[in-house]
Amino acid sequence: MSNDRTVPARAAGTLSRRAALKLGAAAGVASLGAPAILRAQGAGPIRIGHLTPMTGFLGTLGQWAVEGIQMAAEEINAAGGVNGRMIEVTSEDSINPENASTKAQRMLERDGMDFLMGEISSASALAISEVATRNKRLFMALGPRSDVLRGGRCSRYMFCTDIPNTVMVNAVGSALKRDGMVENKTFFTLTADYIFGHDLLKAAKAFFDANGGELIGDELIATDVTDFSAFILKIRQARPDVVCLNLAGNQVTNFVKQYAEFGLPYPTVGFNLNTADAWAAGAGNLTGTWPTVWYHTLDTPGSQKFVADFQAKYGKIPENHAWIEYIALKIAAAGLAETGGADSDALVEFFETEAEFDILKARKAYFRKGDHQLIQEAYPFSVKETGSYSDVHEMMALGPAVPGADQDLTAIYPTGAECTL
Amino acid sequence: MEWVFLLEQVVNGLVLGGYYLLIALGLSLIFSVGGIVNLSHGAFYALGAYLAVSLGPHLGFLGAAAISPVMVAILGIAFERFVLRRFYREDPILSLLVTFGLAMVAEQAIRMIWGAAPLPASLPQAVRGPVILGDLLFSKYRLMMLGVVVCVLAGLWLLLNRTSFGRVVRAGIQEPDMVAALGIRLQPYMTAVVMLGVGLAALGGALFAPITTVHPAMGAEIITIAFVVVIIGGLGSFWGVVCAALLVGVVRGITVHFLPSASEASMYVLMFLVLLLRPRGLLGEPIQKFER
Repeated sequence: MSNDRTVPARAAGTLSRRAALKLGAAAGVASLGAPAILRAQGAGPIRIGHLTPMTGFLGTLGQWAVEGIQMAAEEINAAGGVNGRMIEVTSEDSINPENASTKAQRMLERDGMDFLMGEISSASALAISEVATRNKRLFMALGPRSDVLRGGRCSRYMFCTDIPNTVMVNAVGSALKRDGMVENKTFFTLTADYIFGHDLLKAAKAFFDANGGELIGDELIATDVTDFSAFILKIRQARPDVVCLNLAGNQVTNFVKQYAEFGLPYPTVGFNLNTADAWAAGAGNLTGTWPTVWYHTLDTPGSQKFVADFQAKYGKIPENHAWIEYIALKIAAAGLAETGGADSDALVEFFETEAEFDILKARKAYFRKGDHQLIQEAYPFSVKETGSYSDVHEMMALGPAVPGADQDLTAIYPTGAECTL
Repeated sequence: MEWVFLLEQVVNGLVLGGYYLLIALGLSLIFSVGGIVNLSHGAFYALGAYLAVSLGPHLGFLGAAAISPVMVAILGIAFERFVLRRFYREDPILSLLVTFGLAMVAEQAIRMIWGAAPLPASLPQAVRGPVILGDLLFSKYRLMMLGVVVCVLAGLWLLLNRTSFGRVVRAGIQEPDMVAALGIRLQPYMTAVVMLGVGLAALGGALFAPITTVHPAMGAEIITIAFVVVIIGGLGSFWGVVCAALLVGVVRGITVHFLPSASEASMYVLMFLVLLLRPRGLLGEPIQKFER
């Protein structure tokens, strides 16, 4: 069941004819100043192939991704595009790794896309990365969180913008240690049974080992599981001190609702959460401390403006995938403006200069040269007391950024030693 | 202690099977009487969940769970009148295609009306928590759901076996031409069967909404399981579907106990084995019109 959808450069379509003529004239004048660059670029729009899951267990996150990148494209185009060229983002449902690979191939070879962006599933991102690398084209992996994408399976042509699993474990881990919830405690983990989950479990185990926690039970959960009752019974049979979730997408929502239904006394913590999955659970179901890459209450002028603009456009509060797609396209646009075209090798070289980008957080972010991942702040957030909030969107309280302002941003990141570009 | 854990999984599987039953019974009924594989059955389940969640703040949890299946059943009249009715006598592949297409249209329609983000829905505090009997632990809510399923099952059995309505429907399954020859129009009965079938699916959706993700593709998640249950149970067999639903639930529970990573595969292996031994399903009867 594919769900194809094109997000054209709307701003260009809504211009009146007269305004378009004026713009054209202005562009004409501008071109007198820099004819060589314009010739090199060609006249058409810069075309970006955008793949993201719109169906399946991550499908509910994909809509946010499309809305975020679309908003960024419209803002860039309304401001005159990049070097006078419009940005055209075509979004398609990546469905699963096989489909993602086929569609990536088609987008680059037949549809004439300049480069690729998107994805939430780490498995699909790996498949797209292989296609992009073979074609020597840039692929910006926006939502995937597996360490392995920045480690053993990194690529010269792939850049990752979300926080990796190790950072999520560290972001929550510091809060857990503060609350005395690791040392001499027993843990039962539920893990999404694909590359992302396996990778996260590895990072979680390393954290337990380093901090005196003991893993007494560990279940791999297929991505299409919707009923967790049998697993909840196994948790009760094991009687752990803490239940630890390494689940993804709808799995989180389903588990959290059913765990609240059974009313077991063991507290839950989690090393992965997307805000939409928390909202989807409804009030009074989720508990515990979780990691996040961004939350709409983040108090920086940039974030608050983004939230207000997003609400004005779509009538709802943006989720972290809307934010990450928005800032990622802005980063790409900065690269396009700097390199004067859409040449993938030039973009790779520019990003490798570790240029800093404003990502609407307190500190700026940059792509680390050695492993191509965006080095940025992360946050723990905790669920507020039931009844202390009326709107489900306000259910989380954002904690302070990690690492602290006095520490280097890379302090919570994996070393990147496993990656050879 | 080990056997207690296993028993717990078996009983939990039975409860889960009861819930599959709500979806599978309607699918089986519509197939048996009309010869139509209703691939859009999951859409009615999703619609039931969405309506229940939307009406919840106005009617309360119970009110919404009662009204939503009725609304979906009324929609079922239009579904039967304008879609299914054209395909009773046609090649089954046509109805298969039409209902498959309809399932996708319905999923997109839900996305357009309610948005792609899941609807938040929580269980009322009063029905949360466990019930502990000896060493066994159950969810209070699921036990109540099981009660609803048993009532529905009893009501449906009485309707099909102890009323004149049921006699016509059962005759219609085996000998539609003979029923017509006796001067009975099957069409109003068919409308009623479809209403009943999609209404049951919606009831399943409404009851499960507080404990599952309410999202546009939820119908597609459930249809496969329901379909497997109908196939294992055997076409046209009321008790076959009942046994199959419970069996699928129990086998899943036992698999989770011994080999958790294979839990989702268990029902397909079960279907494979059953069809190998009994090609018509557990209790399937030979139905003339499908034996050609």
